[in-house]
Amino acid sequence: MTSYFGRVMHIGLKDLKVEIRSKERLYSMMVFSILVMVIFNFAFDPGAEYIREVAPGILWVALVFSATLGLNKTFASEKEQDCLQGLMLSPLDRSGIYFGKVLSNTFFSLIVAMLTLPFFAVFFNISLLQVFMPLTLVIVLATIGFIAVGTLFAAISVGVKRGEMILPILLFPIEVPVIIAAVKATSMILDGRMMVDYSMWLKILILFDIIFLMVSFVTFDYLVEE
Amino acid sequence: MIKVSALRKTYGSVDALRGVDLHVKEGEFLTLFGPNGAGKTTLLKTLSTIIKPTSGKVYIDGLDAIEADHEVRRKIGVISHKTFLYGDLSALENLVFYARMYQLPNPEERARELIEEVGLGGRENHLVETFSRGMEQRLSIARALIHNPHIIYLDEPYSGLDQHASLMLGNLLKKLHTDTRTIIMTTHNIGHGLEISDRIVIQLAGKVVYEDQTANHTTKSFEKVYFEMVGGGK
Amino acid sequence: MRKLITNIIGALSLILFVIAIYMAFVYAPLEVTMGPVQKIFYFHVAFAWTSFIAFFVTFAASCVYLVTRTRFWDTVAASSVELGVAFACIILTTGPIWARPVWGAYWTWDPRLVTTLILLFIYSAYLMLRGAIDEETKRGRYSAVLGIIGFLDVPIVYFSVNWWSRTIHPDVIKPEGAALHPHMLQSLYVALFAVTLFYFFMLFRRIRLEELRDEVRELRKSILKES
Repeated sequence: MTSYFGRVMHIGLKDLKVEIRSKERLYSMMVFSILVMVIFNFAFDPGAEYIREVAPGILWVALVFSATLGLNKTFASEKEQDCLQGLMLSPLDRSGIYFGKVLSNTFFSLIVAMLTLPFFAVFFNISLLQVFMPLTLVIVLATIGFIAVGTLFAAISVGVKRGEMILPILLFPIEVPVIIAAVKATSMILDGRMMVDYSMWLKILILFDIIFLMVSFVTFDYLVEE
Repeated sequence: MIKVSALRKTYGSVDALRGVDLHVKEGEFLTLFGPNGAGKTTLLKTLSTIIKPTSGKVYIDGLDAIEADHEVRRKIGVISHKTFLYGDLSALENLVFYARMYQLPNPEERARELIEEVGLGGRENHLVETFSRGMEQRLSIARALIHNPHIIYLDEPYSGLDQHASLMLGNLLKKLHTDTRTIIMTTHNIGHGLEISDRIVIQLAGKVVYEDQTANHTTKSFEKVYFEMVGGGK
Repeated sequence: MRKLITNIIGALSLILFVIAIYMAFVYAPLEVTMGPVQKIFYFHVAFAWTSFIAFFVTFAASCVYLVTRTRFWDTVAASSVELGVAFACIILTTGPIWARPVWGAYWTWDPRLVTTLILLFIYSAYLMLRGAIDEETKRGRYSAVLGIIGFLDVPIVYFSVNWWSRTIHPDVIKPEGAALHPHMLQSLYVALFAVTLFYFFMLFRRIRLEELRDEVRELRKSILKES
């Protein structure tokens, strides 16, 4: 497993190990996600009819905010003892570092998303069992797109003062297509629509994923060079 | 082994390196002295392909450091005052990770080998965050040597080390200093620098301003030269 | 030489602006349903088109910068963003001014205006990022990456907002889509030309300003070095 992809996997696995030991990110991401949903419930009348209409939006706001929380930390572990330099000294294309991080970030965000779903179902009294598969598909596609750009921007923000504040300001406008597509697709899935109805949103997500994974692959180098 | 000609690095309007010429022979141990801001770290980073020069050439073992950067990285090991180690992982996990990054055939075996060599045997499974500064530094050296590089850079390796750890480091460096290993070290400590090196160089404001064989100097005589060059009025 | 060209463009732009204003308010006929307020459309569209040019210039200059690392291209990219942001603000003011009497509301979530708003956010963030990085080459590189990503996002944003708005108001057909009276079309072209020239004039002036600033910084540094 020493090829390019093998080493990308190892970087992802390394991040996983670090996270399992430190438990920094996952707990805070999880708590934050649930917290956002609870706060939104105070903003709206929980018994009202329209709650079902806004629920997908609330879910995605929660997931987006908690993913951003996780992204802030993604390069933090590399900054501490300048491990990033250690990685850059190895004979691996810089883009491999990017993909390794995308892998681990996507994994963390997916875990948080999956664990958030039961709370979502309970808070908003929505049954997710029949729609679990298509819903998971949307969550996976949207998360990949969000993390693809998010990881790139995390590399930007870690090297900048007030970076943690700048990350969401940089990231959210770019992610608008992902958010719109995710919310609309989720909403249509929960309404029991067929895939042919919401396939356009899936296509947008896939397009976004491909384009921005490719662009980030090319431009990541320019961010970590000195 | 290492050839640098007319090396320049400019950051916008700041000239970090202003035309450095340097030649290091195989098996030579070179110590680089210079005040903060002289560009020593910039020079080392350029020699380790982390920084791309603005102009000039860098050849490492015959390879162009800009064109053949991946191959050059396989030949060099870098030790800095930052350890490049993950505190939440154990010593073994750290080394195995780096062994994999260098695509070594038997990562775990090699990792254990090196942990023994730097005197950390028995602590493979301890998390690095529990290590003392001296132990961290030793593990960092193990990390730098994992792929058996013949060229080693040390950027202020003694910083933050107590007497005992400094002594251990000095001994390790003496062990490393063989005919086939080329070593460049930067340090502020003249004593440490003169102890092991074959050649000494002073860098000031992005240029090499003085070069000599270590054998020609005592600590006192070099101190004199150093403060003359760097500005006695400090 | 550059100064001469810049001033010629500026003068041309001014002349064309005057002509465009005349054409918009006098030459072009009054639109039947909307009345006089429709005339803002000539400039609204002209600025929209030009802001797109501005962000494209940023994209192109960012790519060139990453290859050449010449400060000039970084200056071009950043200057163009400033203009693009300014134009976006103009679009976001003229749009609602037009929308209120015609649709009854200042903001109708029209996909084009929403996209412009998102662009405003993206490129304001670009300027914010620049403000947070002091070191010149780092600032150039990071901005360039953002300039590229931002521009590539534009079509996707537009498409997704468009599709979204169609599910909200399925039958919003903008009058600009309908056939335009030839006088209106001519007025539009003149306005477009005027604003585009205006953009280039401002761009060149802004680039020159930044170059002068760089010069001052260099001088200051060499003076400090001597002392």
